[in-house]
Amino acid sequence: MNTRKIEILVGLFVALGVAAFVMLALKVANAGISGNGETYTLEAKFDNIGSLKTRAPIKVGGVVIGRVEGIRIHPQEFVPVVSMSIDRHYECQFSDTTSVSILTSGILGEQYLGISPVIASKSAKQTCLGEEVVSNDELDLGELFGVESAALKDGDMITDTKSALVLEELIGQFLFNQSSE
Amino acid sequence: MDFLQQIGHKTLSRFASLGRATRMLLGALCSMPNFRKGGPLLIRQLYMVGHQSLLIIMVSGLFIGMVLALQGYTVLVDYGAEDSLGPLVALSLLRELGPVVTALLFAGRAGSALTAEIGLMKATEQLSSLEMMAIDPLKRVISPRFWAGFISMPLLALIFSAIAILGAHLVGVDWLGVDSGSFWSIMQSQVSFEQDIVNGLIKSFVFALIVTWIALYKGYDCIPTSEGISKATTETVVHSSLAVLGFDFVLTAVMFSS
Repeated sequence: MNTRKIEILVGLFVALGVAAFVMLALKVANAGISGNGETYTLEAKFDNIGSLKTRAPIKVGGVVIGRVEGIRIHPQEFVPVVSMSIDRHYECQFSDTTSVSILTSGILGEQYLGISPVIASKSAKQTCLGEEVVSNDELDLGELFGVESAALKDGDMITDTKSALVLEELIGQFLFNQSSE
Repeated sequence: MDFLQQIGHKTLSRFASLGRATRMLLGALCSMPNFRKGGPLLIRQLYMVGHQSLLIIMVSGLFIGMVLALQGYTVLVDYGAEDSLGPLVALSLLRELGPVVTALLFAGRAGSALTAEIGLMKATEQLSSLEMMAIDPLKRVISPRFWAGFISMPLLALIFSAIAILGAHLVGVDWLGVDSGSFWSIMQSQVSFEQDIVNGLIKSFVFALIVTWIALYKGYDCIPTSEGISKATTETVVHSSLAVLGFDFVLTAVMFSS
C-alpha cells in the first residue's frame, strides 16, 4: 500500500521532469531551420560581412526563408563567402539578378541577410527544373532586351551583393566629404 | 619543523580521504545490478531525494524566473530592447542558474539529509550490523542513494528551468506587457538545443555526481558521535556548494567560451 503511493509519487516526479524537458526542447529551443523541410544551398561573395554569424536568418521582405549555414574565405580572392541554406520550396524561383544585402535589425540588433528577389522568367524556371522549355505567348522582358537570365539552383553563386555597413567607414567617408567642401 | 609536519599531515590525510571516497563510490557502483532487489530500494530513495525536493525547487524556480524578468526588463526597456527578455531569461536559466541553483538547493535539502541519515546509521552501528549479516552496506545503503541523486537532480534542474521560464513569462508578458509572440519567437531563435539545453543537462549531471558523492562520503566517513554528525552535515553543504560553484566555472569555460 505504502509502496504503491511512493511509486505513484516517483512516477509523477519523473513525468514532470520529462514534461519539463519536452517543453524546453520544443517551446524554448529552435527546431532547426525554418520549418523542417528540405533546403538547397546558395552562395554569395561579400566584401565585408560585418558581424554576420552562422545561423543568422535569411529574409525576403521580413519573412524568414532560410539560415546562414557557413562563412568562409574564398581561397583565391580572399573575400568572405557566405553559404545560405534556403527552403527547397524557393528553388528556381529567383533569377540570378537577385541581390543579397547584409542588414541589421534595429539599432543594436543582430545582422541578417536580406534577399531582394527578382522573379525568374518562366523559361528560366523550366530550364532550371530540368523541364522542357515550353514557348509561351507572354512577352518576356528579358528576351525583349536581349538579356539572358537564369534561375538560381542548388550551389549557385549570387554576384549582386551589398556588404554590411561598417560604422567607422561611414564616419570616415563623412569626414572626408566634409573636409573637401 | 612542526609546521612542515603539519602541512605533510594535512596533505596526506586529504589524499587518504579522497582515496576512501573513491573506494566507497567504486564499491557502491562496481557490482552486478540486481533490478529485482535494487529497484524498490531505488524507488524509495527517488521518492525521498527527488520527489521530496520538488516543492522547494518549483517554488524557487518560479520566483527566480519572476525576479529575472523584472530586473531584466528594467534594464532592457532603456534601450527599447525589452523583446529580448525571452532569450535573456532562457539563456541565463538553461546555461547557469538552472543547474547551479538546483545543485545548491539540492545540497541543502537532500544532501544534508543523506549525510545525517547515513551518519546516524553509522553512529548507531546499523552499518556494522549489516556487515555482520553479510550484507554489503555499500550496495544496500550507498548505491541506491547515489543513483537516486544522480537521476533526480537533472530532472529537478529541467523542472526548475521550465517553471522559471513560465514565471518570467508571467511577469514579463502578463504584467509588464512584453509582446508574447516576440517573447517566445526570439527565445526560440536564440536558444539552441545542443548548445544550451544539452550542455545545461551535462552540467547538472556533473553537479549531481559531485553533490551526491560528497553527501554520501561525509555521512559514511563521519565520526560516529552527535557532534561528528553535525560537523559532517555542515561540511556536506559547504563543500558541495563550493565544489559546484568551482566546477561551474570550469564547465562554463569549456562549454561556452569559444
